[in-house]
Amino acid sequence: MDKKIREPLFHLVKRDNLPRSKRVLIRMGAIVLALLLCALLTALTTGINPIEVFGSIVSGAFGSTRKMWITFQDLSVLLLISLALTPAFTMRFWNIGGEGQVLVGGLATAACMICLEGKVPSAVIIILSVISSVLAGALWGFIPAVCKARWNTNETLMTLMMNYIATQLVSFFIIVWEVPKGSGKIGIINQNSHAGWMPSLFGSKYMLCIAVSLAVMIFLYIYLRYSKHGYEIQVVGESENTARYVGIKVSKVIIRTMLLSGALCGLAGLLLVGSINHTITTTIAGGQGFTAVLVSWMAKFNPFTMIFSAFLIIFMKRGAGEIATTFGLNQSFADILTGMILFFIIGCEFFINYRIKRSEKHESKGEEAC
Amino acid sequence: MLGFLSFIPRAVGQGIPLLFGCTGEIVTEKSGNLNLGIPGVMYVGAISGVIGSFFYENSLNGRPLNGFLAITIPLLCSLLGSFLMGMLYCFLTVTLRANQNVTGLAMTTFGVGFGNFFGGSLIKLSNLDVPTIALSKTSAFFSATLPFASKAGWFGQIFLSYGFLAYLGIATALVVAFILKKTRIGLHLRAVGESPTTADAAGINVTKYKYVSTVAGCMIAGLGGLYYVMDYASGVWSNDAFGDRGWLAIALVIFTIWKADIGILASVLFGGLYILYLYIPTGMAHMELKELYKMIPYIVTLVVLIITSMRNRREDQPPASLGLNYFREDR
Amino acid sequence: MSDSKAAVSMRNITKTFGQGVIANKDVNLDINKGEILSLLGENGSGKTTLMNMLSGIYYPDSGEIFIDSKPVSIRSPKDAYDLGIGMVHQHFKLVDVLSAAQNIVLGLPGKLDLKSACARIREICDRYGFDVDPDKKIYNMSVSEKQTVEIVKVLYRGADILILDEPTAVLTPQETQKLFDVMRNMKKDGKSLVIITHKLNEVQEISDKVAILRQGEYIGTLITKDTNPQEMTDMMVGHKVELNIERPEPLNSALRIRVKGLNVVNEEGIKKLTDVSFDIYSGEILGIAGISGCGQKELLESIAGLQKVESGSVVYIDDDGTEKELIGMDPLKIKELGVTLSFVPEDRLGMGLVGNMDISDNMMLRSFRDSHGIFTDRKSPHDRAERIVKLLNVDTPGIETPVRRLSGGNVQKVLVGREIYQRPKVLMTAYVVRGLDINSSYTIYELINSQKVAGAAVIFVGEDLDVLLQISDKVMVLCDGHVNAILDGRTADKSEVGLLMTSLKGEVTD
Repeated sequence: MDKKIREPLFHLVKRDNLPRSKRVLIRMGAIVLALLLCALLTALTTGINPIEVFGSIVSGAFGSTRKMWITFQDLSVLLLISLALTPAFTMRFWNIGGEGQVLVGGLATAACMICLEGKVPSAVIIILSVISSVLAGALWGFIPAVCKARWNTNETLMTLMMNYIATQLVSFFIIVWEVPKGSGKIGIINQNSHAGWMPSLFGSKYMLCIAVSLAVMIFLYIYLRYSKHGYEIQVVGESENTARYVGIKVSKVIIRTMLLSGALCGLAGLLLVGSINHTITTTIAGGQGFTAVLVSWMAKFNPFTMIFSAFLIIFMKRGAGEIATTFGLNQSFADILTGMILFFIIGCEFFINYRIKRSEKHESKGEEAC
Repeated sequence: MLGFLSFIPRAVGQGIPLLFGCTGEIVTEKSGNLNLGIPGVMYVGAISGVIGSFFYENSLNGRPLNGFLAITIPLLCSLLGSFLMGMLYCFLTVTLRANQNVTGLAMTTFGVGFGNFFGGSLIKLSNLDVPTIALSKTSAFFSATLPFASKAGWFGQIFLSYGFLAYLGIATALVVAFILKKTRIGLHLRAVGESPTTADAAGINVTKYKYVSTVAGCMIAGLGGLYYVMDYASGVWSNDAFGDRGWLAIALVIFTIWKADIGILASVLFGGLYILYLYIPTGMAHMELKELYKMIPYIVTLVVLIITSMRNRREDQPPASLGLNYFREDR
Repeated sequence: MSDSKAAVSMRNITKTFGQGVIANKDVNLDINKGEILSLLGENGSGKTTLMNMLSGIYYPDSGEIFIDSKPVSIRSPKDAYDLGIGMVHQHFKLVDVLSAAQNIVLGLPGKLDLKSACARIREICDRYGFDVDPDKKIYNMSVSEKQTVEIVKVLYRGADILILDEPTAVLTPQETQKLFDVMRNMKKDGKSLVIITHKLNEVQEISDKVAILRQGEYIGTLITKDTNPQEMTDMMVGHKVELNIERPEPLNSALRIRVKGLNVVNEEGIKKLTDVSFDIYSGEILGIAGISGCGQKELLESIAGLQKVESGSVVYIDDDGTEKELIGMDPLKIKELGVTLSFVPEDRLGMGLVGNMDISDNMMLRSFRDSHGIFTDRKSPHDRAERIVKLLNVDTPGIETPVRRLSGGNVQKVLVGREIYQRPKVLMTAYVVRGLDINSSYTIYELINSQKVAGAAVIFVGEDLDVLLQISDKVMVLCDGHVNAILDGRTADKSEVGLLMTSLKGEVTD
């Protein structure tokens, strides 16, 4: 009966009291490690000096004024979508339907631009675009929210399906509106009249997006941090039991928050169609609905920190894109590098949340019991 | 009848990648891991096979391929690629207890990028003088039908006209269904996905089960990518051609309510729905309706998802701990 | 006959948790073959901890365990099974979507053969008189069926020593009888059984011997047929301990809440409250005594608007005499009616507070709606947090510290501090000093008394009878969801209350 007992050499203890500076340090360390690995990989595939790799990345993102503006514009769109998803995530509602919510927002804008051209003044088209895109996005958020609130339908899977329904809806309308017939494309909408095109701001066509996403960032920060709604979202996310205890109606909060989340995604769609591309394709969101999940999560759902995480992604994407172009490689190179950085960031959370503790006999047992 | 005869094989051809993906994801989800990285894994599975056979074909300088190697090399490369992806997912979510949704999405970003990057840059990177990646010789081995298929008339066309991976996919689904339903391993796996605490208390090694099932699931799913490129696409890699099939496979898991054997018929049904638009006469005037028909699989899945949650029948629900990581000392 | 061989002997077992909380101290216990032993004790007397050390959940700090006179070390449930020990916990460990048979064989090695497993299960059932359908899914089962599955699971693994942790707490009287029949059959078969309970009538009915624990210490073992409820109660509750808790005389008492004919059935379909009627007066503390799970939680939550009620009424009477019905209201509506009702729930961090929020944000839970406009007022909760921290001596690095990181006593101070800050007309507390040290406990008693003096109607649910009898003006004893008695707190006798807690009126056989 006296068999040897194998005690594990170490065991994990949850911790939550790591000082902020250390947390930042761990994350920075992970990013640095990831960047080094990226440089190494790039050097291996392209044969350029690893230090030059970083030079190329920087010049890809900031090499010229135009490049810089585009970097900032891309950044603002990704930031906007990430912000849009954040209220839902704060509530622990895994909305991975950003892609679809952006698409229907864009679709609504395109519809206004195409159907109303010449019938009403451009300003009216713009106003209607804003309203309809926000409503469309909100509707796309509302459907999964109601199902979640009423029947506890799995929101991750549901929002995922809503993405593809949106994609097909867009394909449908692309064929309806295609120019010329049979091309399968819409082309630039209202190329001559510019009806419904969003105005440029401060004399720059890039500024509108930047201004809108910054405004949304400030709005969301205040909304989540200082408003009653924001407080309710936080309580529901932390503990539905506590929410009920103080009389917060959980289903109401879920639906209201998803309406907001969807509406803001719709707004991103508006900008993509009305201000940036002036056309609509099924890939106009470009997977940013998914990337935004990562951005928001990396920033720990803090709107301000999100600038940095979104910047990291865009910076790598634009920079790696530059390397790829220079060396005749494929644009997807950026995705590989981004993916690797993400793995490091995801993995490093472990060292923030857990402490590895060496087992001392018995004592470890006692701790488990507590 | 003619239309129908050509419809079934095409639906099956569309369905098999989904079947692999769905079977793999079922195995994974049964352990409580919601792997949203499956689309990425399928890309990696496909491109790894392509890389293997690309170098094999080009190393022969035009000499004929050895049938055994032509099949084994891409197959093993593909399995290795998706094995590594599976290990990565498990390391992050099981060992490091990272958020499953985030990890999965990052894997999809990485995997799709990996596939498209090597698909687009393989020729340049290998400095070989070939115009495109067209592995038609390898593909011939993968898509070889059963020898008597052409002689068996309509029966042959519907049931025998597929490459070996299609049959492997069906066999895998059946084996998975059998394991889950009838064996102790399957029973333990389900317990891990439903209630890791209970499983742990019963002496089941939760970590081991999560690792093995998730990695195995990824390897199965990766074969779906391999089938697509080697058999369905005749060995021609083109970027993004695999499209959103990975996500559709995840949808299929819901549609089949986590039952691998139902997956066989359901994947053919989905494959059929995927190409149904080709068979519904819309006339040239209304090409747009085809796009709406393509929406059907997703809507059907959505409806199934909502109805199962409304009916709230316990057998039809996702594994209870799906998406949650297990930490014994959490109580 | 009393000296049949000991199947299990525990010698000088001591177990402590965390910072010196002693769960068991020098406990000695013998469990004989072919015998049913009752383990009797109040909540928190260390019964379950002691048995968990036999079943491999915990490992004793010191002491020895002998099985069939051989010393053993039990480090995991598997070790326990290998030694023939099986325990049925209060919280069942079953996988809902699997069938009974699948759950029973879960974790065992070898080829899965459900057919022969079912045959063996049937054999076990026939032998002891169980009634289990091996193919039935757990989620389709009643609580009693689930319990049966757990017992069969233990027997299937060949256990000769069975420990049942409060098995009857979840059963109807008929189901209890069935369980007892089965237990008698197992005893005849030579198995040793331990039943953890605090119902005296059951002790008398089923057990051969009764071992009594009090505050982690072993008090003694009695032969059941030679003892009586009074003797057992006295051993269980001990002598009266003078705690010197203040009890100010009620001033200007007026009827505040009238509860009438309250009936509650919980989610599992078990009747938790039956025709509960009582009155609460302002400036008075109504103590509620009862063994755990006899309906206290449901009663408080019904008043707070958190529990679905089958029938009955809870009427709030305002200072000016207007009456307001609270049944059918949620906490928000109750608040909107102008009823300031404070509730310190049993589950502090899962219900009363949000663990990840800091003290200041937790203050806002009650008041965040009070400010005008769409924004929350952050300043006054902040001030309030500071004041409460200072007033109650909350030991915290700062008010920005998440409450999860505070010690139990400090968490409770924050919660109670918040709840009384709104100057409640009604204050309800559940197990308000559980796990707290002496000093924190007294701080809390003072706070509750100060509310009483300020005119609040206080409901005090407690588990320590000494405290309950010294702080309460009236004591209501709940037993199995019934109001067994309402006594005057100044004259009530501890052992009388103990007896009323454990046996429904009319069942007591003196």
